[in-house]
Amino acid sequence: MSFPSKPPPASEHGPAIVEVRDLVFRYRGQARSALTLGALRVGAGERLFVHGPSGGGKSTLMSLLAGVLIAQSGQVLMLGTDWRTLGSSARDSRRGDHVGYLFQQFNLLSWLPVLENVCLPCQFSSRRAQRAASRSGSVERDASSWLAALDLAPSLWHQPAGTLSVGEQQRVAAARALIGVPELLLADEPTSALDTDRRDDFMARLLPACQEAGSALVFVSHDRSLESHFERSLALGALAGSPGAPTPDAGNGTRSAAPGRGT
Amino acid sequence: MRALITLAARSAWARRFTLALTIIAVALSTLLLLATERLRHDIRSSFSQALSGTDLIVGARGSPTQILLHTVFHLGPPTQTVTLKTIEAIADLPQVAWVVPIALGDTFRGFPVIATDERFLRHVRVGDRQPLTLAQGREHGRHAEAVMGAQVASQLGLAAGARIALSHGSGPLADGAHDDQPFTVTGVLAPSGSPVDRAVLISLESMHALHAGWVAGVRPSRGAPTSADPSTRPATVSAALVGLRARSAVFSVQRRLQAERDEPLTAVLPGVTLDELWRALGLGETALRLMGALVALASLAGLVSVILAGLDSRRRELAILRSVGASPRTLVLLLLVEGALACLAGIALGVAGGALLTLTAAPALQANFGITLGTDFLRAGEWLLLAAVLATGILASLLPALRAWQLSLADGLSPRS
Repeated sequence: MSFPSKPPPASEHGPAIVEVRDLVFRYRGQARSALTLGALRVGAGERLFVHGPSGGGKSTLMSLLAGVLIAQSGQVLMLGTDWRTLGSSARDSRRGDHVGYLFQQFNLLSWLPVLENVCLPCQFSSRRAQRAASRSGSVERDASSWLAALDLAPSLWHQPAGTLSVGEQQRVAAARALIGVPELLLADEPTSALDTDRRDDFMARLLPACQEAGSALVFVSHDRSLESHFERSLALGALAGSPGAPTPDAGNGTRSAAPGRGT
Repeated sequence: MRALITLAARSAWARRFTLALTIIAVALSTLLLLATERLRHDIRSSFSQALSGTDLIVGARGSPTQILLHTVFHLGPPTQTVTLKTIEAIADLPQVAWVVPIALGDTFRGFPVIATDERFLRHVRVGDRQPLTLAQGREHGRHAEAVMGAQVASQLGLAAGARIALSHGSGPLADGAHDDQPFTVTGVLAPSGSPVDRAVLISLESMHALHAGWVAGVRPSRGAPTSADPSTRPATVSAALVGLRARSAVFSVQRRLQAERDEPLTAVLPGVTLDELWRALGLGETALRLMGALVALASLAGLVSVILAGLDSRRRELAILRSVGASPRTLVLLLLVEGALACLAGIALGVAGGALLTLTAAPALQANFGITLGTDFLRAGEWLLLAAVLATGILASLLPALRAWQLSLADGLSPRS
């Protein structure tokens, strides 16, 4: 059992969606830790930008927040429950209920029509299916409403996802991540495969949609120009974990408060 | 759960070509396995059912195996002869239902000639107690008439009405020795899958007439008068097939015959001797079994590799499913169910193909090799074989499923390109 080095400060965003305390993570067989993080707290509906060079532990952080990886020491609390205290199937179902996920690429089942791709999370989580249905009347109508919110032409909704352009596919993936309004949306370099125009366009749709869902957003990118869209940011260094490396603490809940910023 | 099955079905449809390959691989395995097993089984039954319904074969004192080989399969050196009088005396025994005397030794273009009488077609049964029936024409009469086995007729392209000349003895020097007394073919037997298919039937009387005047196997000089009365039967025959009224009497009759004082006899139980013979030939059967096992192994290994190769392309799909909330357990279940269904489809296809092949190939096999393929699909042993294919198929898809488990955990939630 480890205790936080300092108590996480209360956030203006209310109860914590996800909270990290004294995290040290090391991949199996490696002596050096891949990520150390003193404290991090993401409140409801909050937007956090995570940046840093490749190998800085950005994707590792995402996997830790989602409970896919479990740290050797420290805590990662999802809605107040430490992922470590759950069995693997309990983690799977908790993740399915509360976390939406958005990747850089290869988000969709290319052979499945767009609308059904969006509905997928509701097939594995009855909680999200319920919330989608109560929001719009039915899961399918909710999927349509998210697609509309992300400005995807209705003519594309019934096409196999593989026939869409990368930019269009990313919007479908965002709609899928948001259906059933999960408390947390994890986005791992979702704009990296897009050109500047499409990227800006995508961000302009994603952020309001995320706000509408009330989901907290943790957005990982190496593209610092996106930082301005976010309330806070967290820098992860390539040397994270080595002696003397900064262990960023972005838990102060105020804009531009991340100590690692500007490296 | 239903949604998951629908999803699995659609995923399968999206990969229909790869999946079709898997199914074809299973179908081919099934087909090969069934074919080797069926061949093995049917070769054996063709052998053991060369003669059925005959309780005893009676010949002169000698080796049972030799008597059986000579009288049933027309193989090996001729046995000592038995007097026809003794044979007819057997028919008078109370336990005996019928006796069919047969005399062997002549050939027609390499095919054995069986000299017998009308009782042969009436009593002799082959295969699963099927009687021998005429496909065309009528039974041979007593004089210079012959009935051909199905294979003789089809191989030589002869039909009822043809005139043929028999040869004395067998082998390359056997030709033309009886060309002075041609026979008329009066009928052709239907295929039976027994050695009779390769034989020519004539009457004992005409056999006797053929050899009239012969001394110790040497023909009389050409033109010498054949003095034989065409209605005389020979004094001796090669053996006799004996049917009993009750099978239970077989041992007492056997003892009784072997104790015959006037003439030393051997009474052979054909089933027992056939089994002994088959056991001696068992090496071939073992080889066929072994080959079947190798075929199974090779085709199932192919199956595993097809499934494994398909998995790599599905890695992304599995990671996506995992990121939308599917647990690794669900994914493993998905792969297992898919593997099992693909296997079932392949097995069904293989069985259907096997049935089709049996139906289409059976006549050719029968005509060319004398192997009768049973048309009863899926015997008990074959069900077992199919179960083995299914089990291996499921095990084979378990391997990729476990690999998927590892992959989906190692990939975390981010699909690799």
